[in-house]
Amino acid sequence: MNWGLAVFYFFAALATVGGVMTITRKNAVHSAVYLVLTFVAIAAIYVLLGADFLFAVQVLVYAGGILVLFLFVIMLVNLEEPRRFSGGRMRLAASGAMTLLLFGILATTFARSTSVTAVAASPAAEGNLQAVGAMLYTQYILPFEVVSVLLLVAMIGAIVLGRPRA
Amino acid sequence: MIPQNHLLVLSLVLLTIGVVGVLVRRNVIIILMSIELILNAANLNFVAFSRQWQNLTGQIWGVFNITIAAAEVAVGLAIVIALFRNRETVNVDEMNLMKW
Repeated sequence: MNWGLAVFYFFAALATVGGVMTITRKNAVHSAVYLVLTFVAIAAIYVLLGADFLFAVQVLVYAGGILVLFLFVIMLVNLEEPRRFSGGRMRLAASGAMTLLLFGILATTFARSTSVTAVAASPAAEGNLQAVGAMLYTQYILPFEVVSVLLLVAMIGAIVLGRPRA
Repeated sequence: MIPQNHLLVLSLVLLTIGVVGVLVRRNVIIILMSIELILNAANLNFVAFSRQWQNLTGQIWGVFNITIAAAEVAVGLAIVIALFRNRETVNVDEMNLMKW
């Protein structure tokens, strides 16, 4: 086993544990902290895959921005839940069955798909950041602008929804 | 070199965790966190296939995915705050305003 693979397994385990803890903790603040763990582990996997730009964005936007937003809202609506899980036993069983079905379908699809050996990684000559930036501003300029408008609309919407009643 | 299948399995596991979280939790904020987990699983798939085909398009869509996630969480949490102001709860079981 080479070192890259071992590091990948480490961060994959970290991401999985963080995810499980996120959805099982009673205290929402603890969930948010475990969510940070998952995001950072996924960011590390992006580095292993050579996606430097996405690593930076993941750390800045997810671990920096979205998590602060979550923590603010958790502090604002400080309510502990008496029962952690929704519905009765019946509903839990139904949810579990649905999830297992989804997992089974996807897993069999992966197992049956013909495995393609990955193309040997050849580091881009000018670096990942520059390549992604050039592509974003030439080929994908229209989606880029549309996304900026979407962010503006989301910002205005959040302000309108969150302002106090006059 | 990390095998492609390992990445797909990790993505599948994260997606499943997210789906379970959306289905079983009562706290809206934790449901939003589970949706973030699902989006991250999708993003991991984008990057994995981007690496496999040596094509940067997957990473571009990963950036868009993160942007959409940020917008979604901003609006979602604003809705949670508005709901909390009106109903004094963040429990999905008690949110039946639009049920008929």
